[in-house]
Amino acid sequence: MAKMYGATVVNVERCKGCNLCVVACPLHVLALTTKEVNRKGYNYAHEVLADTCTGCASCATVCPDGCITVYRLKSE
Amino acid sequence: MTREEIIEKGQVVYKKPTLLNDVPMHYCPGCSHGVVHKLVADVIEEMGMTEKAIAISPVGCAVFAYKYIDVDWQEAAHGRAPALASAVKRLWPDRLVFTYQGDGDLACIGTAETIHALNRAENITIIFINNAIYGMTGGQMAPTTLLGMKTATCPYGREVSLHGYPLHITELAAQLDGTCYVTRQAVHTVAAINRTKKAIRKAFEYSMQGKGSNLVEVVSTCNSGWKMSPEKANKWMEENMFAYYHLGDLKDNGIDSK
Repeated sequence: MAKMYGATVVNVERCKGCNLCVVACPLHVLALTTKEVNRKGYNYAHEVLADTCTGCASCATVCPDGCITVYRLKSE
Repeated sequence: MTREEIIEKGQVVYKKPTLLNDVPMHYCPGCSHGVVHKLVADVIEEMGMTEKAIAISPVGCAVFAYKYIDVDWQEAAHGRAPALASAVKRLWPDRLVFTYQGDGDLACIGTAETIHALNRAENITIIFINNAIYGMTGGQMAPTTLLGMKTATCPYGREVSLHGYPLHITELAAQLDGTCYVTRQAVHTVAAINRTKKAIRKAFEYSMQGKGSNLVEVVSTCNSGWKMSPEKANKWMEENMFAYYHLGDLKDNGIDSK
């Protein structure tokens, strides 16, 4: 069966840590960092369960700052 | 399969719209303005109107919108964006002219301009961000503030006896003969965002076909003004705002007219 593999790339310096992508992700792939901050001092979003991502782009759609790029690869 | 492989071989499903500049937006984290900016940029690009779009920016939080979307912009005096848009559209009938306004700009100081521009069937689109508060000036009561809602200038909640009722500007616009498409949408979920995008596209197309004026209201959050986290603000909006501001198309005359 074909499986979808997804990957997200977060533009860390543009991210404001609003947490909306984390809430929107149905597979809980993303989370905010707990210690690391970007240059503006925000905890930014990053992948914590990268293997489960299917590339549905929900996170990128709700991101108000357009920080997230989503890639998807279909494998047979 | 590694992450690098997916990025290298996979296709891009979503990226920042090319019309959106790299300048970081000044909006608070989680603000709905960013989502609507993305949608507007996407729709203009999909319609191939990049070189032919003229947008009018308001006074309010979105005052710097001209920095973020890479089309031609004109800044209007407070509330006068629809009047300026009317002038621009009359001088350049082949251009896609739209205004991007908040509730303080459109529903308070600019009510007269808004109503009359819509009623003159000016072939423009007005994108109306309704967050029920004055976000830029620090969270004061707006005409669209809900009854009982606490703001800086009504700390005990909005009361009818003192402040009157919230203004339904979109219902008002739907009654006018000049309007072609009047809708109210939101951007709190992926499905709602997709519906809003379709609504903006439809409004832009109707205005280019010369069918009349269009109003797209986007019920939004102002998490700083409401003093909530972005996700709580979305939930609060679903529970309270949607009960008063019902989502959906209020008027769609574009299908059968002309």
